[in-house]
Amino acid sequence: MIKNYFEVIRPGINTTFQDSGRKNLYHIGIPFSGAMDNRNFILANIIAGNKENTPVIEFAYQGPLLKFKGEKINFNIAGNVSFKVIKKEETIEGNCYENYSLEDGDQLDIISTNKTVYGYLAISGTFEVQFLWNSCSTNTKANVGANDGKKLDKNQLIKILDTHSHKSKRKLEYTNSKIENIRVIKGTNFDYFSEESKKNFFEKEFSVTKLTDRMGMRLEGQKIENIVDTNIKSEGIIKGVIQVPADGNPIIMLSDHGTIGGYPKIGVVITADYDRLVQLQPGSKIKFKEVDLSDAQMLFKLYEMETQNLVSTIK
Amino acid sequence: MIKNISNLGDAALYCDFGKEVNKEINSKVIQYFKNIKEKKIEGITNITPSYNKLIISFDMKIANFENLKEKIENLNLKEFINKKSDIIKIPICCDKEFSLDLKRLEKKLKISEDKILEKFFSREYYCYMTGFIAGHPFLGDTEESLRAKRLETPRVKIPKGSVGLTEQFCNIYSFESPGGWNIIGNTPLNIFDKKNENKPNLINPGDTVVFEKISKLEHDKYND
Repeated sequence: MIKNYFEVIRPGINTTFQDSGRKNLYHIGIPFSGAMDNRNFILANIIAGNKENTPVIEFAYQGPLLKFKGEKINFNIAGNVSFKVIKKEETIEGNCYENYSLEDGDQLDIISTNKTVYGYLAISGTFEVQFLWNSCSTNTKANVGANDGKKLDKNQLIKILDTHSHKSKRKLEYTNSKIENIRVIKGTNFDYFSEESKKNFFEKEFSVTKLTDRMGMRLEGQKIENIVDTNIKSEGIIKGVIQVPADGNPIIMLSDHGTIGGYPKIGVVITADYDRLVQLQPGSKIKFKEVDLSDAQMLFKLYEMETQNLVSTIK
Repeated sequence: MIKNISNLGDAALYCDFGKEVNKEINSKVIQYFKNIKEKKIEGITNITPSYNKLIISFDMKIANFENLKEKIENLNLKEFINKKSDIIKIPICCDKEFSLDLKRLEKKLKISEDKILEKFFSREYYCYMTGFIAGHPFLGDTEESLRAKRLETPRVKIPKGSVGLTEQFCNIYSFESPGGWNIIGNTPLNIFDKKNENKPNLINPGDTVVFEKISKLEHDKYND
């Protein structure tokens, strides 16, 4: 019998269950999905005393307001997030990367992410979620994953299968660094663009538009002029690919992207910069900086080392 | 054969099989796809075949570009043969209600509706790839006189099961989605079924498909 659960009083803007995503399904049209900001996803789980790949709740901008029913649960929030823990006798302003406990009737109000997009809620325990192809990640476009492939809705219940006690003093001092220069490797169609546009791509500023979600990030700035063909024969894409359609405005493919695309690829964001890229709010200004494959490989090693260092300071 | 392997970003291989789109080149792409899939090479997270490219993405914690490139270049290729019995039959209804662009095609192609359908139903189609949205097959080639461009203004919503034509290809919309292909009919078959976890796609790259015309009544009663 389920003893512990959350009641969703306010679902938030785009609240979904996520883990590290699903593999080996691009060829049937299913994207990777998974937590957008992988580092914060891992940190939330480590602070909760979970395994790295335990399902968490991801929210964007405004998060959910949840009422806890049951005995007791510990949780923490990762990211740059304002939230409150509302208990009968007091209301606590929460700090990210720190464990709190909820008892029967307590509420968790995740007010909003600050100057970022995504935040993560991990409980010390397991949510009751469906797995499909070894992942719970919700993909709302294909209706795949936990919660029947849908985002959280008002009044629904989130059941908790089991809880574990752990060193609840685990916490972390960590500030998410901002990024202005997104490092990019030239794409396979880089030469489809005019000399001036190629130069502009790495020199001019672009701004993130409102047409940005888990599938993609549309940018606006100096139009990029195609001199070869505004279409290519459709082919596979991966997250981080920057496509330029006929209107000359770049689109960066994000975790829920369509698996095949027919627009020329001007560049690909390096893996080490992906977590910080997805945290850019509409209106943010960015510049692309060119790196080569060996730079990108070294930067990834640094990024991984940094993540592992953070993980080891928590444990 | 693969003409060139380059990197797509830092976490994928871009295998280029040339510029042309035809069954012969695509069969090679699919042969590589099937061989690599079967080998279960450590670190590979996705393999995406398309008309004439194969994109292999990998986990940078486990594999790297140089190492995987060498493995792919030295692959011992095995043949996979499609049996005749593997032909997949897709029933479609071309009644007015479903053939949203048949009238438009008649004008574009300067061939009568009946002739368009007769030509369309008279051949087998080959699946080059599936994707964009889950289960969505890209099939070809249609007869030369049936080749038209996309709609100038794509539809915001195309009903699930719609069968569309553009250039030398036809497709089936596995979900309701936006799109710009010329719609000539609708299938009541479920093209993508997530409950069938081991084989969610009815049609897979390399498969052969034939379309069979059904009446409105047969279409409506199909799933009863």
